Amino acid sequence: MTQDFDLFRLSEEHEMLRESVRSLAEAKIAPFAAEVDEQGRFPQEALDALQGNDLHAVHVPEEYGGAGADALATVLVIEEVARVCASSSLIPAVNKLGSLPVQLSGSEELKAKYLGALARGEGMFSYCLSEPEAGSDAAGMKTRAVRDGDFWVLNGVKRWITNAGVSEYYTVMAVTDPELRSRGISAFVVEKADEGVSFGAPEKKLGIKGSPTREVYFDNVRIPADRMIGAEGTGFATAMKTLDHTRVTIAAQAIGIAQGALDYAKGYVKERKQFGKAIAEFQGVQFMLADMAMKLEAARQLTYAAAAKSQRTDGDLTFFGAAAKCFASDVAMEITTDAVQLLGGYGYTRDYPVERMMRDAKITQIYEGTNQVQRIVMARNLP
Amino acid sequence: MTLRIAVCVKYVPDATGDRRFADDTTTDREGVDGLLSELDEYGVEQALRIAEASGDAEVTVLTVGPDDAKDALRKALSMGADKAVHVNDDDIHGSDVIATSAIVAKALEQVGFDLVVCGMASTDGTMGVLPALLAERLGVPQATLLSEVGVEGTTVKGRRDGDAASEQVEAQLPAVVSVTDQSGEARYPSFKGIMAAKKKPVQSLDLDDLGIDADAVGLAGAWTKVETVTARPPRSKGTIVTDEGEGGKQLAAFLAEQKFI
Repeated sequence: MTQDFDLFRLSEEHEMLRESVRSLAEAKIAPFAAEVDEQGRFPQEALDALQGNDLHAVHVPEEYGGAGADALATVLVIEEVARVCASSSLIPAVNKLGSLPVQLSGSEELKAKYLGALARGEGMFSYCLSEPEAGSDAAGMKTRAVRDGDFWVLNGVKRWITNAGVSEYYTVMAVTDPELRSRGISAFVVEKADEGVSFGAPEKKLGIKGSPTREVYFDNVRIPADRMIGAEGTGFATAMKTLDHTRVTIAAQAIGIAQGALDYAKGYVKERKQFGKAIAEFQGVQFMLADMAMKLEAARQLTYAAAAKSQRTDGDLTFFGAAAKCFASDVAMEITTDAVQLLGGYGYTRDYPVERMMRDAKITQIYEGTNQVQRIVMARNLP
Repeated sequence: MTLRIAVCVKYVPDATGDRRFADDTTTDREGVDGLLSELDEYGVEQALRIAEASGDAEVTVLTVGPDDAKDALRKALSMGADKAVHVNDDDIHGSDVIATSAIVAKALEQVGFDLVVCGMASTDGTMGVLPALLAERLGVPQATLLSEVGVEGTTVKGRRDGDAASEQVEAQLPAVVSVTDQSGEARYPSFKGIMAAKKKPVQSLDLDDLGIDADAVGLAGAWTKVETVTARPPRSKGTIVTDEGEGGKQLAAFLAEQKFI
């Protein structure tokens, strides 16, 4: 047996990053998590803390002024923030989702401008794919972009846009040639300040209440032609390629939420006494905790493996990204539900954090493709 | 001229862990994780802020400790310190603060410094006397327990807050200062900082390098001897006063009995 066997463990640097983000999250983000949920307000404290320590968009490459973190390091940041506050974890997660199309397919000028601004903390980045009539069938979108000389003019509605209204920058998928369906979709960078951009009322959600979800309206939004991300007609492909990578970040969120719930339940069962002893001493409770920890660790290993594949852009990333997202989010739903169960009546009240975690976990089974869609993706890309 | 700032830091057992003593009554390092003393993070932070304000400064972080103490140095480097010095020698094991101050002073003389920054105390020993001992051994002025500190030219200035009044203190460099936990929140290592720390130089020194006789330090050379250690007894159940009309009087009687009033 040797101590220096380095497979299946994080590097020292990754462990240090986790430690750093965990202490930041516990000191600066956790104290506001309940309030942010209760009041349904944006977690400004979390944004300030993350930006102040250059953790708000660690994935941006160094050449554009970012931290240059690999996909696994990005996962660790999201996981540790989600462990204390899922709403806040959408800051680093959606900054990656919104900006990755630019990073993957954008021109050098576009990358320098927008990735640089994101890294400097000048604004967050959101991702606009879904529409009222185009969810799982994203290619059925209706938002139109029409060429007008050196400009494109956008018209349409995007729905379920995370951090809409707070973000400065938006990657928007729009139809440039309706005849070609998915090959007739192009991607653009739209700024909040562009004339004709407006937002709908915040959705009234079950969870992630601190992260605003709104519609984004484009009313004759006229943007310079060089804001197109990649070539005309490549927008849908870019959008799908982006999701291959960012589904791993949803998995990270799910395992973070689940870890938060498990940690809380673990502490509670040692304190709570019934029949003259801590309920942790009952085998029924022990079996539940063992199952929770086992499932969480399986999800974590799959997520980290998928993150490594994302960093290398391995050929089987599509399968792994979908599998990690689907498995981790299903497991997070089970673990958070069990955490509420372990706390009994207390777990069902808002005086304890596990019901919030259970509500927050639910969205990870839905966004960036429902888990039913993930299974379709997996089936089409079986290893 | 580059301002040479040295920060003295300690690798301590995690205060949230189960801290114990070994058979020789020294800290048991096996059973508990160690980390950079939280109070020393304030020292690192102030050193970095002074360095950033000066524009031409180099921050060296220094520790005396076993192999694992490199973790404390690594943390300080990932916060932004430029280089590290690790004094590590089996013969140092069991040194008291008198011996530790002698070792740190020698190391500081060898490394070279204009300003030495310390935390207010360690989170394990909590003696808080090392900065004063260091200043004495180095023959330089000391300005301890500062809640605000800055360097102007060749003068270090700061504020020391007392219960009744605040003092403005200053000293000519070279000098030793210690800073409190009110001096300003320590930064969290960023991803860039963590990656950069890997490439920063860590110099190792032993007692021979410092010209210190092994007999003068360690358990044998300590001026104080720990005979026994006893864990603090667990909190006992408090007295519950049930108010049946006489609660106030009972409470007053209890407080009087405990000599609180």
